[in-house]
Amino acid sequence: MDNRYGTTSSGNSITVIPPKSGWTMTGFQELKDYRDLFYFLVWRDIKTLYAQTILGFMWAILQPLVQIVIFTIIFGNVAKLSTDGIPYLLFSSVALIPWTYISLATVQSSQSLIQGSSMLGKIYFPRLIFPITPVLAKLVDFGISMFIIVCIMLYYRVSPTWNLFFFPLFLIMMVSIPLGIGTWLSTLAIRFRDVRQAMPLFIQMLMFSAPIVYSASSIPEQYRFLYSLNPIVGVIEGFRACLLGFPIPWLYVWPGMVTAALLVISGTVYFKRMERIIVDVI
Amino acid sequence: MNNDLAIKVENVSKCYRIGVKENMHDSLGASLLHFLKNPLQNYRKYRSLYQFDDLRPEQGEDRTDVIWALGDVSFEIKKGEVVGIIGINGAGKSTLLKILSKITPPTSGSITIRGRISSLLEVGTGFHPELTGRENVYLNGTILGMRKKEIERKFDEIVDFSGVEKFIDTPVKRYSSGMKVRLAFAVAAHLEPEILIIDEVLAVGDAQFQKKCLNKMKDVGEHGRTVLFVSHILPAVTRLCSRTILLNGGRVQVDGPTHEVICVYLNTETGAQAERRWVDLKEAPGDEAVRLCGVRVRANDGYVSETVDISEPLQIEIEYEVLQPGHDLRVYFHVFNEEGIEAFLSFDNDSAWVKRPRPLGRYVSKSVIPGNLLSEGRYFIGPTIRTENPSIKRLGVNDAVAFHVIDSMDGNGARGDSTGNIPGVVRPLLKWETQFNPKEAHVEKN
Repeated sequence: MDNRYGTTSSGNSITVIPPKSGWTMTGFQELKDYRDLFYFLVWRDIKTLYAQTILGFMWAILQPLVQIVIFTIIFGNVAKLSTDGIPYLLFSSVALIPWTYISLATVQSSQSLIQGSSMLGKIYFPRLIFPITPVLAKLVDFGISMFIIVCIMLYYRVSPTWNLFFFPLFLIMMVSIPLGIGTWLSTLAIRFRDVRQAMPLFIQMLMFSAPIVYSASSIPEQYRFLYSLNPIVGVIEGFRACLLGFPIPWLYVWPGMVTAALLVISGTVYFKRMERIIVDVI
Repeated sequence: MNNDLAIKVENVSKCYRIGVKENMHDSLGASLLHFLKNPLQNYRKYRSLYQFDDLRPEQGEDRTDVIWALGDVSFEIKKGEVVGIIGINGAGKSTLLKILSKITPPTSGSITIRGRISSLLEVGTGFHPELTGRENVYLNGTILGMRKKEIERKFDEIVDFSGVEKFIDTPVKRYSSGMKVRLAFAVAAHLEPEILIIDEVLAVGDAQFQKKCLNKMKDVGEHGRTVLFVSHILPAVTRLCSRTILLNGGRVQVDGPTHEVICVYLNTETGAQAERRWVDLKEAPGDEAVRLCGVRVRANDGYVSETVDISEPLQIEIEYEVLQPGHDLRVYFHVFNEEGIEAFLSFDNDSAWVKRPRPLGRYVSKSVIPGNLLSEGRYFIGPTIRTENPSIKRLGVNDAVAFHVIDSMDGNGARGDSTGNIPGVVRPLLKWETQFNPKEAHVEKN
């Protein structure tokens, strides 16, 4: 017998439903118990996204690919932005693929509670599943679009280096950004629908705040720490270093890591504090 | 908490804030201006939706911006009990279910639950139109709290129960709404919790499927599981639940054996009642010849009553006043059941007045409907009066009064010791005789 709701592990689980209390950090075991639900919700997100399309999963490649081409033409050939000597196609693709993941996952995670509101009022399962699901589901698109990077790297004959060893670290950092922002904004969006209106602006600002179209080295040195507090900076600089074989610029990375960790922790705490009353306000 | 208790609810109250008043503006421009001028006010307004800290049940009653959906509700449910929850709309049934299902927390008080619990406030939660039937079974099953392995094990049974085998790999958006509901219910019916909480999900599907579901639910109850069943379908509650809790205005009004609680419920329920009077004759149904003064239903004990036992007779009384002398009246009434099906019609055949001109004055026509005739459920009486030669309908009131036939299942009725659903508008107690003749069988063999 599963012990989904209980605090004891014997066959007879006991659930106590107390009046709402503020700060609780229990219930992570519960998330683990619901891993099958995670699996099917992620599966639903992936399958339905490309349902009844001709190109299917090709869209996961086509969308970032078109963007890479446009950026290369405009920023690389017309505006001729500095890339520290890297071919612009390579420079932008290594940044745009993680950025596409971060922006899509952030938007969807932030809207997850409002979109799931009909389900919220009808059934209980750990509410954290809502913002986490798109963060996981978008990883599949990300994985597919990594294929573009591999092709472009092969074309420019970039060979992998030992730096790849650090790649998982930057993947974790990348995932933590939509997770942290999503837990915060999905809860806030329940109370203030302004969040949805502000979302496109917010995403656009994020994009230009990170070294996606330009190189991080063009930021004046005295602002570098402030600039690097943005975790996206660290992710993109990290991706470039790992994949293209530059030394990893830790100065750009570690401030963002601290921010990302704080975002995830504070977002989860805030979410847990609010999760029981979400349904009454939605 | 005692070991034999499944659910213990202690002083649970729940309050909702509804106090976000929209400011009224008479033009789009004015309301836009308001939005521009008052972001801070809006912030405070929407923020207040979240704040309950200052609310206590005792002082909250007089606040206008909050609603107490439940007030100080306490009860205990033993393991294996099948309990019904009834009440008019707004009595707090859904709120109670939502609190028990952990969807929304109580404002005060607490609940202790022993055992694995599943709740069905809706069938097909999370169904996605683009996914196939098979995928939706898995998705819906895990949403309801099942494990993947568990669903794999029961998958064939679920599909079999739903009757949509042929389309199991078709996207659900191509299903008819009936197929969707059947598949969804099939998943729900195969949950195996120790405690099951069900809202009125039975109000879906055709009659045959509803019956299948009721039987399945009865099985669940008989397997020693605890069931909490909220419904408006009183016959279903009578059939499934031995105990019923009546909620009224967010409080427990009665908690006891089902047929007693249903009596109380029907007696307090607003709407059609067992007696109706028209004091002002000018307002009463009818015309210059005859007007209706009152209609009532009396149980076997002679008192006006909304509930009557299935094995006992009841009396219908129609009171009317003749305003023009000399008419030949024809007095009768229709009997409709809950589904609007006419059970029968009966004429006043008292030979003292049939085909005789009536003098001015007040009359009461009484008729007795015998016991063991009508089936369980609610009935509506529609009295009608005509004058003959020429035939003119003088009055007719649909659903003037109503009563409820209750089967107390004491073994004396037509159902005997059966407890299942018995179909049919009527349920007569017929005389049966079975002859046993072994010789004839022997003769035929040769």
